[in-house]
Amino acid sequence: MTEFASGTLTGKNLHLSFGHNHVLRGIDLHVEKGTTASVIGPSGSGKSTLLRVMNRLIEPDQGDILLDGRSVLKDNPDELRQRIGMVFQQFNLFPHKTVVDNVSLALRKLRKLPQEQARAEALEQLDLVGLKHKADARPANLSGGQQQRVAIARALAMKPEVMFFDEATSALDPELVKGVLALMTDLAKGGMTMVVVTHEMGFSRNVSDTVTFMDAGVVVESGPPQQIFSEPRTDRLKDFLSDVL
Amino acid sequence: MDLLDQLADTFFNWEEMAKVIPALLMVGLPNTLILAIASGILGSLLGLGLAMMGISRNAGARWVARIYTDIFRGLPAILVILVIGIGLSPIAREITGSRNPYPLGILALTLVAAAYIGEIFRSGIQSVEKGQLEASRALGFSYGSSMRLVVVPQGIRRVLPALVNQFISLLKDSSLVFMLGLAASDREIFRIGNDAMANTGNLSPLVAAGVLYLILTVPLTHFVNYIDHRLRTGKPEKKEPDELAAPIGKGAQA
Repeated sequence: MTEFASGTLTGKNLHLSFGHNHVLRGIDLHVEKGTTASVIGPSGSGKSTLLRVMNRLIEPDQGDILLDGRSVLKDNPDELRQRIGMVFQQFNLFPHKTVVDNVSLALRKLRKLPQEQARAEALEQLDLVGLKHKADARPANLSGGQQQRVAIARALAMKPEVMFFDEATSALDPELVKGVLALMTDLAKGGMTMVVVTHEMGFSRNVSDTVTFMDAGVVVESGPPQQIFSEPRTDRLKDFLSDVL
Repeated sequence: MDLLDQLADTFFNWEEMAKVIPALLMVGLPNTLILAIASGILGSLLGLGLAMMGISRNAGARWVARIYTDIFRGLPAILVILVIGIGLSPIAREITGSRNPYPLGILALTLVAAAYIGEIFRSGIQSVEKGQLEASRALGFSYGSSMRLVVVPQGIRRVLPALVNQFISLLKDSSLVFMLGLAASDREIFRIGNDAMANTGNLSPLVAAGVLYLILTVPLTHFVNYIDHRLRTGKPEKKEPDELAAPIGKGAQA
């Protein structure tokens, strides 16, 4: 893997409500440069919403977001999102564009690279995820695992400082999960700053540097994987782990 | 068999048809195509604007689009054509210096078509999964760019069959501009058939006009079916197994 221009990301006291539904109730999350934080918890606990708040797809009601120690809440949110790559459960590739155009679109339109150069950089990214030979295929003709690797290449092409993964393997057939997890592991080892919302406890335990357990919009426990998985302190985390492990 | 002969003469008098065919093809066909294509293009542009307003976060814009659509979808096309064509003709004459009713005919057809096309576009755009907009915005595209580059192109693709149907409608409705009184060289297909019928008292010229409409519309309806089928099933292409995952899958089986 190439080297990454990773950054340090901090969410402070983040709150968000949809009407009466208080989804995030004062979340703190700190991801040190070059490390991987995984976020685990039952569905509906606000994990995916937390990612969307931290790249301002949804604006928080309260709290602060810092990238490399500087608050980004006053910045243009579109510029912030260029610095944070995001990978989705449902891949969300653009079905009307070829694989290479999916990857090069933002390079051409946002980084304003000329067509040739954008394609060359996109092919380079596709090569990193092992799919250069699929450059001119349509996403619909790829397997789920291949689509997700293209989605990762698309996010990486913008040279983000942080990568978000929102249950990136949950929609995949079991035999395709490992290929995507292996790629995510490579990124983590390559020094990318990552926030990984996941149900893959193996990945959370073995690859991440810190684990955050969320339930009902609050951080119940967080710490190194060893502590979270081997010495859980709260009943809620113990219950959760006994349900999923 | 007098009666049958009489019927055959009324509808299929080849001589009368032959007389009207040159005018149908040289004058009527181009004029019908001009009316339908011009109002089709303008109606699509206006319709796209209406669709964007219809899904806008601005309540005022949504209301304007709603009211416009209700009015122009709720009125008979012939009424709109008459009201616009006659009501605005003094202004049009002032501006263009010509008595040609085509600009106003096209305007009226456009206004009506836009109401339908706007609804077609809106339903197509709203059918695009929310994740597409989210993925585009997560890359750093603005709302406008995301709509333009990602969401709207997919939405339009999905409603191509409905759009072609709308164009077929326009081809037929273009006949209504005859109400505005056309000079000989401005007549479209229907008017030419109608005039010949009035002059000869024989229906065959109108039948010939009808056949010409069918020559235009029937291939289009089959084209709709073709693209509809194509959009539904996609181009068949061979899928390859995920080659990174394949060895893992085999390992798991062993």
